[in-house]
Amino acid sequence: MASEPIKQVTGTGVYVAGDDIDTDRIIPARFMKCITFDGLGEYLFYDVRKTEDGADKPHNLNDPRFSGASILISGNNFGCGSSREHAPQSIRRAGFRAVIAGSFAEIFYGNSTNLGIVCVTATDADRAVLAQAIEHNPDLEITIDVNDHKIWFGDQYLTCDMRPGARSSLLQGTYDPLNELLQGAEAVHATAAKLPYMTS
Amino acid sequence: MGQSLFEKVWNAHAVRRLANGQTQLLIGTHLIHEVTSPQAFGMLRDRGLPVKYPERTFATVDHIVPTNEAVEPYSDALAQGMIEELRRNCAEHKIKFFDTNTGKQGIVHIVGPEQGITQPGTTIACGDSHTSTHGAFGAIAFGIGTSQVRDVLATQTIALNKFKVRRINVNGELRPGVYAKDVILHIIRLLGTKGGTGFAYEYGGSTFDNMTMEERMTVCNMSIEGGARVGYVNPDATTFAYLQGRPYSPQGADWEAALVRWRSMASDADCNYDDVVEIHAADIEPTVTWGITPGQGVGINECIPAAEEGKTQSERDSIAEALEHMQFEGGSPVKGKKIDVAFLGSCTNGRLSDLKEVAKYIQGRRVAEGVQAIVVPGSQVVAQIASELGLDQIYKDAGFEWRGAGCSMCLAMNPDKLVGDQLCASSSNRNFKGRQGSPTGRTMLMSPLMVAAAAITGEISDAREVFGVGVTAAV
Repeated sequence: MASEPIKQVTGTGVYVAGDDIDTDRIIPARFMKCITFDGLGEYLFYDVRKTEDGADKPHNLNDPRFSGASILISGNNFGCGSSREHAPQSIRRAGFRAVIAGSFAEIFYGNSTNLGIVCVTATDADRAVLAQAIEHNPDLEITIDVNDHKIWFGDQYLTCDMRPGARSSLLQGTYDPLNELLQGAEAVHATAAKLPYMTS
Repeated sequence: MGQSLFEKVWNAHAVRRLANGQTQLLIGTHLIHEVTSPQAFGMLRDRGLPVKYPERTFATVDHIVPTNEAVEPYSDALAQGMIEELRRNCAEHKIKFFDTNTGKQGIVHIVGPEQGITQPGTTIACGDSHTSTHGAFGAIAFGIGTSQVRDVLATQTIALNKFKVRRINVNGELRPGVYAKDVILHIIRLLGTKGGTGFAYEYGGSTFDNMTMEERMTVCNMSIEGGARVGYVNPDATTFAYLQGRPYSPQGADWEAALVRWRSMASDADCNYDDVVEIHAADIEPTVTWGITPGQGVGINECIPAAEEGKTQSERDSIAEALEHMQFEGGSPVKGKKIDVAFLGSCTNGRLSDLKEVAKYIQGRRVAEGVQAIVVPGSQVVAQIASELGLDQIYKDAGFEWRGAGCSMCLAMNPDKLVGDQLCASSSNRNFKGRQGSPTGRTMLMSPLMVAAAAITGEISDAREVFGVGVTAAV
């Protein structure tokens, strides 16, 4: 399961306004009655996008101008709440490859990075500039440079931030850690042997 | 310089440093449930990997279990499929499963402690963010995603960054009618929903020293609502007394050895914290959330803020969004809001002590007309003991529905859901939009006794007034 290194993400963007966008908002719990992650993209932000009768609400995620976007731009504390990987799975399966937020909740950040979703932070002011640019030109091509900590659009760029561990694992293609963890089996055994509750 | 419990536990479980700088951390105890584990087992199957330490994983079923039908197949075929998948996975990999027919099934964060599986000085992970609950025992316990559930099954480890440690001292005596739930709602209100990002919270001070284990669990449970993936209390005599004699607790000579080890894991008096916060217990009021994040709370005698009271534009936007969803007017009192549903249960407040405390006050009272009040014991063990004590009858006599064990209306993955824009007084942990099963449903978080007060009066009320709590103390 060696993964391809992810050095950059290029695509168009869509802005989903608001701070504290929680995992229940990203994918309501009723759509987690499943034993695979298949098809979860369909339920991304379901209650934000749909009325109770299933009709589309006016929302950027329903707006054809932003269809095909692969970069999601949002507020602070994005992904707070539950540890459900269903949230980043639905984001990825809806075609997104990166999220730009003011900050991320911790479990969500780890889950997303493990899936190779590029999560970067940018200031409120910079995200407002980007959101405005997209509103003005929905076809605007955006590139997030993982190595360089820059978000390019047109001839401008913004600086963004990313946790060092996440950055190096994306660049090295080791964001799914399972192979490396498996290689440590002997050391795991030695650590466990020193813990009475693991051996009794 | 001494070490904190966090550092000691981390160091004892750190296997090695990974190429990206993260730590490969041994997970001593792994808990699983039906929602976040099936895909992980599927990933193992795809790669032909076995479960490496099956005896260190424990399973139960909680999220999808109906609380008003015990006979299978459940009317919800998807729920039935999920429970069967968990049964199959546990049987195939020889994992201990506290199934519905064992008398021990329940919410995973209630089952672990009550079976004695949750122990001090250990690392505990589960595909559920409220795993921080187990920190009440001096364990480093946290929620993980499904890919990490796979990692734990396959290797008993995960890749993780080390946390910083924030010590939160609460000192003094809580006033009558103020509970552990109010302590954590107060902390989140003060420090914010993202204040704990990157931190483990160490709770201490005389207020915590005097808490029971169940109260400590309530506080640790909601650490994640403050952004902290881990929250813990140092183990002490209260911890050891709780654990002694439980099915999975060490016995005999092992018990004595465990006590020595557990005591040695507590934070040293001279250890260093990355941050320290001081809170006075006397400042904590019965707290109620009025908005759509657990940080949007006020004391019961306060008013809901107006959008213009926000200090930043983003705060003003958040208040406005919350007021719109909740259909509340900024500046109006939180007291007196009419409720439709009262929910007593969840991994936060579905334990025996919660059910006992409320039962003390509701005898001879009646749930208000038009209010649906449901009580969901956190586990079959809790339900059984409560029945033996006659609590079920007290609740039924007062007009509450007495249900079977599960997560129920905390996140509404079973048939217990709000309808339309119903307003729910809830002892659970999240008031997110749509959390209780209806996209327009509204949730107000509070202590179990405040839920009961709302159930009986039909509106958000001060439980101290409704039940005369603390009246004798004042005389």
